[in-house]
Amino acid sequence: MNVKHDEQGHALPATLATRASGRNRGMALDLSMFEGHAVNRSATERRTATLGGRRSVKKAHQAAWLVNAIRLVDLTTLSGDDTAGKVRRLCAKARRPLADRIVEGLGIADMGLTVGAVCVYPTMVPHAVEALDGSGIPVASVATGFPAGLMPLDLRLREIEWAVAQGADEIDIVITREHVLRQDWQALHNEIRAMREACGEAHMKAILATGDLQTLRNVYAASMVAMQAGADFIKTSTGKEGVNATLPVSLVMIRALRDYGAATGTRIGFKPAGGMKQAKEALGWQILMKEELGRPWLEPDLFRFGASSMLGDIERQLEHHVTGRYAASHRHAAS
Amino acid sequence: MSIQEILKTMEYGPAPEDASIARGWLDAHAGGFGHFIDGAFTAPGTTFDVQNPATGEVIAKVTQGSAADVEAAVAAARKAQGPWAALSGHERARYLYAIARHVQQHARFLAVLETIDNGKPIRETRDIDVPLVARHFYHHAGWAEIAEDELPGTEPWGVCGQVIPWNFPLLMLAWKIAPALAAGNTVVLKPAEYTPLTALAFAGICAEVGLPAGVVNLVTGDGETGAAITGHEGIDKVAFTGSTEVGKSIRRQIAGSGKGLTLELGGKSPYLVFADADLDGAVEGVVDAIFFNQGQVCCAGARILVAEAVAERFEALLRARMATLRVGDPLDKSTDMGAIVHPVQLARIRDLVAKGAAEGAVLHQGSAPEGCFYPPTLVTNVEPASVLSTEEIFGPVVTMTTFRTPSDAVDLANNTRYGLAASIWSENVNLCLDIGAQVKAGVVWINCTNVLDAGAGFGGYRESGFGREGGREGMMAYLRHRAPKGRAPDPAALQAVPHGGGTGAGIDRTAKLYVGGKQARPDSGYSYAVEGPNGPVGLVGLGNRKDIRNAVEAAGKAGGWGRATGHNRAQVLYYLGENLSARAAEFAERLASFGSEGKDAQTEVETAIRRCFWYAAQADKFDGAVHQTKSAHVTLAMPEPLGVMGVVCPTVRPLLGFVSLVLPAIAMGNSVVAVPSQAHPLAATDFYQVLETSDVPGGVVNIVTGPRDDLAKTLAQHDGVAGMWYVGGGEGAAMVERESAGNLKQTWVEADGARDWTGREGYGRGFLHRATQVKNIWVPYGE
Repeated sequence: MNVKHDEQGHALPATLATRASGRNRGMALDLSMFEGHAVNRSATERRTATLGGRRSVKKAHQAAWLVNAIRLVDLTTLSGDDTAGKVRRLCAKARRPLADRIVEGLGIADMGLTVGAVCVYPTMVPHAVEALDGSGIPVASVATGFPAGLMPLDLRLREIEWAVAQGADEIDIVITREHVLRQDWQALHNEIRAMREACGEAHMKAILATGDLQTLRNVYAASMVAMQAGADFIKTSTGKEGVNATLPVSLVMIRALRDYGAATGTRIGFKPAGGMKQAKEALGWQILMKEELGRPWLEPDLFRFGASSMLGDIERQLEHHVTGRYAASHRHAAS
Repeated sequence: MSIQEILKTMEYGPAPEDASIARGWLDAHAGGFGHFIDGAFTAPGTTFDVQNPATGEVIAKVTQGSAADVEAAVAAARKAQGPWAALSGHERARYLYAIARHVQQHARFLAVLETIDNGKPIRETRDIDVPLVARHFYHHAGWAEIAEDELPGTEPWGVCGQVIPWNFPLLMLAWKIAPALAAGNTVVLKPAEYTPLTALAFAGICAEVGLPAGVVNLVTGDGETGAAITGHEGIDKVAFTGSTEVGKSIRRQIAGSGKGLTLELGGKSPYLVFADADLDGAVEGVVDAIFFNQGQVCCAGARILVAEAVAERFEALLRARMATLRVGDPLDKSTDMGAIVHPVQLARIRDLVAKGAAEGAVLHQGSAPEGCFYPPTLVTNVEPASVLSTEEIFGPVVTMTTFRTPSDAVDLANNTRYGLAASIWSENVNLCLDIGAQVKAGVVWINCTNVLDAGAGFGGYRESGFGREGGREGMMAYLRHRAPKGRAPDPAALQAVPHGGGTGAGIDRTAKLYVGGKQARPDSGYSYAVEGPNGPVGLVGLGNRKDIRNAVEAAGKAGGWGRATGHNRAQVLYYLGENLSARAAEFAERLASFGSEGKDAQTEVETAIRRCFWYAAQADKFDGAVHQTKSAHVTLAMPEPLGVMGVVCPTVRPLLGFVSLVLPAIAMGNSVVAVPSQAHPLAATDFYQVLETSDVPGGVVNIVTGPRDDLAKTLAQHDGVAGMWYVGGGEGAAMVERESAGNLKQTWVEADGARDWTGREGYGRGFLHRATQVKNIWVPYGE
């Protein structure tokens, strides 16, 4: 019999540029990579609605997956009342995301567990850089007139340069939604390309604000343009739109990054953000990444959660795993 | 394994469902299960083993049902039926509602038990099977409440004999029992030999809700027990879900018995992917289609037909997806595909795949553990004639073939003896609905697949069976229009030699056959005498099997009639009435020559004209429904013509009988081969002149005169005939039902002389119902 066996990921590219040694170089705008690309909403929703029932992680595996989720968190504060003190507290939590008793109970004391990054507004970058000094934890800054992005392009680029100059390792930019809604792909590409240049050595995450884009076709197209313009990560939301990270939107975005990878050989990262509060969601998104893209997308160089309160729930669940008793958040360090 | 080790691999790890409660229940019945008859379990008799296919472990001993067991069950059902039907709809609704509630309360127990018994993954029993069971009982609690108002003029069949398969054991039980009980029937049901356990658990639920004894009776056993139920003379209606082969044997077994019959049989459903489809969505659909329930799904999309333009990419995406499917322990919550139901089925799948591979097919397979498991399999390089393209494999094996154009796709899709379901993937609504109308399938899923709901009808065309389950059309399978009683004598033998009786005044007229819009001489070269009260009144062609062949051929070419608008068909039918009216006196004279009294003859002609108007009126009004199913789905229930119908007309009322049967058939878009009254066919042959002057397209109505039962037999055996109405003798009726099994054409047989064709019995929606089959089209929406 003529029988052929496939492994997961055989349709994905062998990586030409690893995250450590290279960046997404981007490419000229190529409409053929997304125009006419069909995304059927009900089919997309069906896939994500059933995914939670298809995979389950229990006991030690669940604990491990939750620990992994901590490695993937961009611990975030993006509020009008942020202060240096608040940011220092957040950074302390980033360095020590779990109470020592939990870390010891899990037997992971020697792994030096931290969150993936700390994400703040530009003026908070100096405080974060100082507080995280020596930890190896990157500082991410939102920029480009976050969250709406409706200010002159030269000022937005200056903002990026300023944040980078203050020590930000990663820049989360927002796109001009109007370019997507008017399907002015060239303008969108130009804008993101310019932002990418302004980032210099800092990695760039492009926030698509999918809640504003509404249709999944728009999400796919905007994802593709952002990657063509050089985004290292594509990110769902600012956390300020009416609808933030959802699984259907995430599925469309990661299929776009899969397709971009297949065409260019470059691996792109993904960051859902906004509204994720529960440990259970941390499992759901990781399952989505593993099923659709495979093991490499469970590492912080290719996957981050943008979340502020999810860590607290993860910590409670992990304490339950260690003690067998349900935990209360007031017994864990605040951030 | 330590946390840090797991962090390296990020495997899912084991996630077993706790089966201890279900196992405890099985342990409590370690001595064996009896049947559930008349509200109580019988003592176990001669038992057979039931295995968990995932492990091979014997998990229960179940009684082989004997003829005496069936006798007792039918007697209990008979005794209970009158009182059950006499309850108000509301009272029956309360019982069905209680069953739905208790199914939900025992949901996890039923899901785990089903998984142990059948081998399907716990995800499916927990998230799909059992919730659909509860939904089915809720929905039919509603039908019990309102059937009297919503479905007037009908009555329950009585005692239903139901035989169900092993692929969705409890769900198929629900599909059978819920509508039967709602309509006022009682049931004797046999679960499949491989998977009887959830049915036995369900019996406990019947007892728990206090369902009256005898309303639901369960007899376990093998095919012999099933045959004893379907063949039992105390059974009024048979419903079977299973293989086409067994369905045909049941059709033959009960031919001529007067029993109602619905069959839900096999399939080889097409899965069409057009170039503008969401290919990732379509790939995921394949997973839901053929890798659902290990591919042991009658409606599974088993033949992928993909546009050449995207075939390469689609195949790459599908193979990548297949690599992530997990086959293994059905009780593990991360399992996509569990065990094949039985080693016999596994051997069958392997055998068919080996044959296909020997023919040159290329297999792309995922992995599966040792034991009764089979890996997800994509077959490429496969031709339409391959055994893998034509035979229902009933396993996780899907073929992939390319097409060039939409019409190419439709041709390939319909190139099958089955007609259960079809999936159509395209973002173009025009294309989707166009293809949806053209595929021969009872269920059409657009941009989705295997979506099921109690509110929609489910069932097939062609050799996938007939009758619907679910929705309004499903209720009609458990209700009957009150059948008239009575019987006329069989017509006298034909005389095909010169009768020497002389003719009347006027120029001699030759009545020919009418085929394809043209008058045709009979192939035999013989004519026979038509008798009047005072000797012969004329000669008519002696049609034979070749004339039937030609007529069916002509009818098959008249397919455009079925696609015409209801308004267009109505215009033609009105015109028929107009032209019949213009020649009313001539027809009355003809009827009088057969011995009809003058006034009576006039009444028959006038009534025939009214029939033209009534069916013209219905032509654009007997329409479908939009079912209430899932959110963001439009579920269209469209009545479609059967296709080519054989219509064997009553001896009595030679004009009105003919018109009353032919008109509803053509009003719904069928084309007809009619065999008019054998004794008095001249009214029908006169009628072809009316057809010719009324713009009835050639081939829509074909008339073959001659020996009724010989012609009926040829029609009943013809694979190109989709439906058959026969009004005639008892032996002929049995013959028609028996012979119809060849291609499972839908039949309606009735005793000649039973019906008063002039009155209220002579027309109605019941005729239209029988002239159509309902196609359910699922259209999800959302941008």
